[in-house]
Amino acid sequence: MEQNLKELKIELSKNGIFTTTLEELYNWGRKNSVWPLTFGLACCAIEMIATTMARYDLARFGAEVFRPSPRQADLIIVSGTVTKKMAPQVVRLYNQMPEPKYVIAMGACAISGGPFRDGYNVLKGIDRYIPVDVHIPGCPPRPEALIHAFMTLQKKIEEQSLSGADRPRHLDADLPSEFPVPSFGEHGLEPPNNPDVFFNEPGNPLKVIQ
Amino acid sequence: MTTLPPVEDIKAQIEAAVPGCRITVIPNGSPSGQHSLLLDNDHARAAALFLRDHPSLRLDYCSLVTGVDWLDTETTEKVKVKKLVDGPEGSQQEQEVEETRKTKVPGHLESVYHLFSMEKKHGPVVLRLRTANRTDQTHLPSLTPVWRSAEFQEREAFDLYGIVFDGHPDLRRILMWDGFVDFPMRKDYVPPADDPLVEVQP
Repeated sequence: MEQNLKELKIELSKNGIFTTTLEELYNWGRKNSVWPLTFGLACCAIEMIATTMARYDLARFGAEVFRPSPRQADLIIVSGTVTKKMAPQVVRLYNQMPEPKYVIAMGACAISGGPFRDGYNVLKGIDRYIPVDVHIPGCPPRPEALIHAFMTLQKKIEEQSLSGADRPRHLDADLPSEFPVPSFGEHGLEPPNNPDVFFNEPGNPLKVIQ
Repeated sequence: MTTLPPVEDIKAQIEAAVPGCRITVIPNGSPSGQHSLLLDNDHARAAALFLRDHPSLRLDYCSLVTGVDWLDTETTEKVKVKKLVDGPEGSQQEQEVEETRKTKVPGHLESVYHLFSMEKKHGPVVLRLRTANRTDQTHLPSLTPVWRSAEFQEREAFDLYGIVFDGHPDLRRILMWDGFVDFPMRKDYVPPADDPLVEVQP
């Protein structure tokens, strides 16, 4: 049925008749106007800025409008080391963004803590507190890598369905759009991770450190 | 640019100017040969003022304050001791027996100051202050009243090493948050086991 519809659509377009579905039109509009938040944490932010400039030109993907307010942003690019002192503010910025919202964790630090992982002051990855859509490794990732992450995110947006059980979070009233902000504890952040977002998959053995 | 007198001369000058001040020269064996002056805590403020205001030294710029954590160390040495040893048939003989003796050297926290002179264009002079131990007597006199530039760096040494600077105008944590209780740059600091993917075995 779906295959037939697709073939019919192609057949019609060959004859000069354009058809679409609401889902396709909606996702096409959304994926080509993802506005990132003006937000950078460390050296990765410099690469992010370079990506927006003329040579790499993120404007080709409809994402040149960096918004200085989380209320107007669709995407937060966590570009750099998230220190434990900064982590609550990053989560709060994410909470202040309206749905639908997306996260790119850019660089080794944002995805895992990177070279500073064993430091007393560094969060071991922002995915401990907020759901990350695309992870980019690299230290720092080149602008091409950020563009690739952006295109991956666009593909993800394009494939989201408006209805059904697998519909995205912003269309499901039961799923949260805000995540608990960690607080400063006596030895580190409390809680150390959000168990709803970051957990060990059942059956996945723990890494043992002696 | 003037050249500084050798540290032994500076030590003699301070001890002459500040009565009761005891200074130890800690030699530095590296090619730079930056020997440092270990001040005694009771007279540190007066010695610092002397170094700042003396017309030929004029060390008016404190470029760096840092903390150092020296752990408790244990030295073992083998000593020959004469002892009565049970011989055959119940007799006792005096014999030389080797014994290992362990002596514990208590650790301390240290703050290091690097001084230069903007006026005379010379330096550095390295000062050190040591606490009595690492646990309950971690107080040192603050040199912020002498060099304003030491304020934030003494706060940092307080934050990360737990050195309490008496006389500091605003001694709060500067990098970690206020409710934090550990001193993360101490050598025996253990970070919290907060990774749900990692199991730490003792």
